[in-house]
Amino acid sequence: MADFRIPGAGRVNHGKPVQFTFNGKTITGLEGDTVASALLANGVHLVGRSFKYHRPRGILSAGSEEPNALLGVDHGPARVEPNNRATVVEVTQGLKTISQNHWPSLERDIGAINDVLYMLFTAGFYYKTFMWPKSFWNKVYEPIIRGTAGLGKPPVEPDPDTYSSRFAHCDVLVVGSGPAGLAAALAAGRSGAKVFLVDEQTELGGSLLSETDASINGMSGWAWLKASVDELAGMDNVTLLPRTTAIGYYHQNFVGLCQRITDHLSSAPQGAPRERMWKIRAKQVVLAQGAIEKPLVFDGNDRPGVMLASAARTYLNRYGVKVGNSPVVVTSHDSAWLAAFDLARAGVKVQAIIDVRKAVPTDLKATAESLGIEVLAGWTVTGTKGRLRVSSVRAKPIDGGSEQAREFACDALLMGGGWTPSLHLFSHTQGKLEWREDAQTFLPAKHVESSRCAGAGNGEFGLANALQQGAAAGQAAAADAGFSGSGASYEIAGEIALGGTTLRELPTDRNTATAKAFVDFQNDVTAKDIRLAVREGFKSIEHVKRYTTTGMATDQGKTSNINGLLIASDAVQRPAPQVGLTTFRPPYTPTTFGAFAGYNRGRLFDVTRKTPIDSWAEEQGAVFEPVSLWRRAWYFPKPGEDMHAAVARECKATRDSLGIFDASTLGKIEIVGPDAAEFLNRMYTNPWTKLQPGRTRYGVLLGEDGFIRDDGVIGRLSTDRFHVTTTTGGAARVLNMMEDYLQTEFPDLKVWLTSTTEQWAVIAVNGPNSRNLIAPLVEGIDLSEEAFPHMSIAEGKIAGVPTRLFRMSFTGERGYEINVPARYGRAIWEKLMAEGQRYGITPYGTETMHVLRAEKGYIIVGQDTDGTLTPDDAGLGWAIGKAKPDFVGKRSLSRPDMLKTDRKQLVGLLTEDPKTVLEEGAQIVLDPNQAVPMKMVGHVTSSYWSVALNRSIALAVIEGGNGRMGETVHIPMPSGTLRAKVTGTVFYDPENTRLSA
Amino acid sequence: MLLIHCPYCDATRPEVEFAYGGQAHIARPLDPSSTTDEQWRDHLYIRVNPRGIHAERWRHIHGCGRFFNAIRDTVSDKFVTTYKAGEPRPELTEKEGAR
Repeated sequence: MADFRIPGAGRVNHGKPVQFTFNGKTITGLEGDTVASALLANGVHLVGRSFKYHRPRGILSAGSEEPNALLGVDHGPARVEPNNRATVVEVTQGLKTISQNHWPSLERDIGAINDVLYMLFTAGFYYKTFMWPKSFWNKVYEPIIRGTAGLGKPPVEPDPDTYSSRFAHCDVLVVGSGPAGLAAALAAGRSGAKVFLVDEQTELGGSLLSETDASINGMSGWAWLKASVDELAGMDNVTLLPRTTAIGYYHQNFVGLCQRITDHLSSAPQGAPRERMWKIRAKQVVLAQGAIEKPLVFDGNDRPGVMLASAARTYLNRYGVKVGNSPVVVTSHDSAWLAAFDLARAGVKVQAIIDVRKAVPTDLKATAESLGIEVLAGWTVTGTKGRLRVSSVRAKPIDGGSEQAREFACDALLMGGGWTPSLHLFSHTQGKLEWREDAQTFLPAKHVESSRCAGAGNGEFGLANALQQGAAAGQAAAADAGFSGSGASYEIAGEIALGGTTLRELPTDRNTATAKAFVDFQNDVTAKDIRLAVREGFKSIEHVKRYTTTGMATDQGKTSNINGLLIASDAVQRPAPQVGLTTFRPPYTPTTFGAFAGYNRGRLFDVTRKTPIDSWAEEQGAVFEPVSLWRRAWYFPKPGEDMHAAVARECKATRDSLGIFDASTLGKIEIVGPDAAEFLNRMYTNPWTKLQPGRTRYGVLLGEDGFIRDDGVIGRLSTDRFHVTTTTGGAARVLNMMEDYLQTEFPDLKVWLTSTTEQWAVIAVNGPNSRNLIAPLVEGIDLSEEAFPHMSIAEGKIAGVPTRLFRMSFTGERGYEINVPARYGRAIWEKLMAEGQRYGITPYGTETMHVLRAEKGYIIVGQDTDGTLTPDDAGLGWAIGKAKPDFVGKRSLSRPDMLKTDRKQLVGLLTEDPKTVLEEGAQIVLDPNQAVPMKMVGHVTSSYWSVALNRSIALAVIEGGNGRMGETVHIPMPSGTLRAKVTGTVFYDPENTRLSA
Repeated sequence: MLLIHCPYCDATRPEVEFAYGGQAHIARPLDPSSTTDEQWRDHLYIRVNPRGIHAERWRHIHGCGRFFNAIRDTVSDKFVTTYKAGEPRPELTEKEGAR
């Protein structure tokens, strides 16, 4: 392989070779290389195929703005990531990299047929092509589009790495460690302020790392850089974070930083996180993000070997790599000349500098000539040749005829179209931008956060400007954060004034309709596409962007946005600021999901709430189901049992003798105070004043709109103390609603609310033997029917432990709910299990609970109601305290819509075939023979196999259901239409004899 | 993440400690039964949706638990001021109201 490395040059470690592979081929780079610089050192420019046309593509840039050189990166098993930019991935021993978007190989790619057929693939191609016939969409078009869509191969295994996150506060956060950022950090750091200096690159220094000409305060650029970084590293109040990208700038100076910790290490320390997400709150922020060089737009500007001039200079000066042996430079700015000069001084034969400006600075011209470089001022580039690498470039005088055109053979074409300040973070804050006509770019105008911009990112180009402005910004930021210091001044030598002009497409004498002059390299958008979009009526840049997809790729248009804007502005015939700039959104560069997730994955992804009895259920082999954040035992299968068999057994045992159920997840709120009963009067539909201490009542809670929000049994312990239970999922919501009314609508009431959900373990025992089980264990409570009837509450002891004992039932059988302090929950449960053996005590889960309550027609809020049911709709009209003047939701119950007779009402359903269990959620129709789409009059809300009845049962909401008793309704299913009869909601023991059996 | 000042704690805390509570200064009628259907509908459902200054309720749910009111700019998302429940909506000075 050709060697383009200059011995001893650059900042790479020439004594430390590093081997990695590219498409299976071993490549030798040096410690300090990126994959891009190592490939270029080996003469490799072709690194990928473009997204749409599959055109061969090379390395355009030397930074995170790279649109072309996207590689799959393999750091070892399960550590595979697509779309890594070769220009930022550091080489490590054994790293595997592969190119993307081609088949069968990078060099020979079938998909390149798209390039020949390019006329088909213009802007809006998808919208125009896949319109008809309609039937083709599902079966033909979409599968083909899906097959070709996407860039790179995603990893298929779970990510084995860990990611961390950290919060931090500082006085001054400096983003970007080029000359402006360094000067700002020095000024702020010397004042004593707590400073964070972050930079996305591997080393601090920014543009100084590529700069070999200038000197600062009498030192070479690199010497000054080292001295400055050493000084900062020696300050206790300064934190330096290289390899750290400021990805987003949020409200009140909250900035997200993604730090890469292990990817650049050949072997990472055990347990080290791969990346760390910093969430930093800064008193003051200095943005010194610098600027990104703009490509020039001309036919064939995307061939491998065509790259940004600044990138070529970086590869030469920082990595010691020549990007070619015979380059040509095309530019509209002075800065590209510096790349030509540095290459020529390194012994490279620079063929020519083609500058579109007729007048170029005389000093530059003189230097070029002294280095033997031909200067063509007032010339343009009209095309390139070369299949897998640029081989020649055609240039002509802008004012001259086609006969004056010249062809230069070359192996690289370096372009410089001026600089785009990086406004991303500033724009995240919704800071106002201002169009600068002279520089043909937007610049920060009005800050809305405590921030400052400095250096090239603020339109202040040149080393001297960057250092002065950076120092001033750092000093001012520190002062605003309460630290005073003096400014620094910098003496610069060897710097060349930087000027230039900005163009849209380069002038050409060729047919622009067939030109492939790319604006957005990653999404293959050409100047022609943008002009076509405007001709077709898209006038806003936001519309042009979405129609052409310019700026929508993973690089977010870092190199293409301004070129696209200038071309669109020209096509619309409106000035650029009126066409506008598309919105910058975080993250600044692609960021891993792992970094965002941080610690919150696997077991830590979400809270799993467990009851004090959960561990017992787990030991017994219970199957669990999630209920809001809780996990609850669903059923307790015995060996050989499926769910159906287990639930049938649990149901039968409970109705025949004794079942035991963990109801600890029930929401519990203690309501205390002299006005507690009045508060409940106002909140719940039921009347509470006359409820005697020791008695309980089923309460219904409405929203102010009159719809059922929650329900539960409420016990009165004394005149001023109530024990309220809520649904499992509704506990927090109900407490919030109660607090809301208490604090803001009823502040006259003396009431205190306390959540006690987790203070009590709740064990429900149900069945004819339930009293027999607990009677010997209970102290201090008379369990006789007269003293402790259904719907009672009392305090006493059970098995020596304090209890609040409820007599209540959610099964229709005699039942008790034993509340004990949570820490005794498991012990009391096990005691009951042991004592209950003589009654065949059977633990049951939530499924059996659902079946048993459905047999009795007890609703579950959220399953049988959906936020549109009134108490009357749900058959709970009896629970409304009609004599009460007011309660939450009462007024809504008399609104005209609430009084309609055709409202959906809760009814029972019995299928014609008793063996058929309906599907919950199935839609109900009245006439099965009507045309599709049928009129749906309701749906099944609950449906189970009832062991007690030896048939299926269901609950449903049906329009005017109460008036349809005995009617047959129809449930169309894929396998055929089912028939069912409308019934009442109570299927089992309608006389409630078993509650006291 | 926004920083929000709780007027009860007199402390500025991150947004994650708070919960949004809808438009402020909508008092529940003292006697709902005397309202017309239209008045009650408006009370239940009709809300402003301003571009700019908005008076809204927040709760310091993971702090003191109190509901309070805030003036916030819906364009910039920023809080202009916060105040205790029951206090009148403050008159904004030109500077506070400006964005």
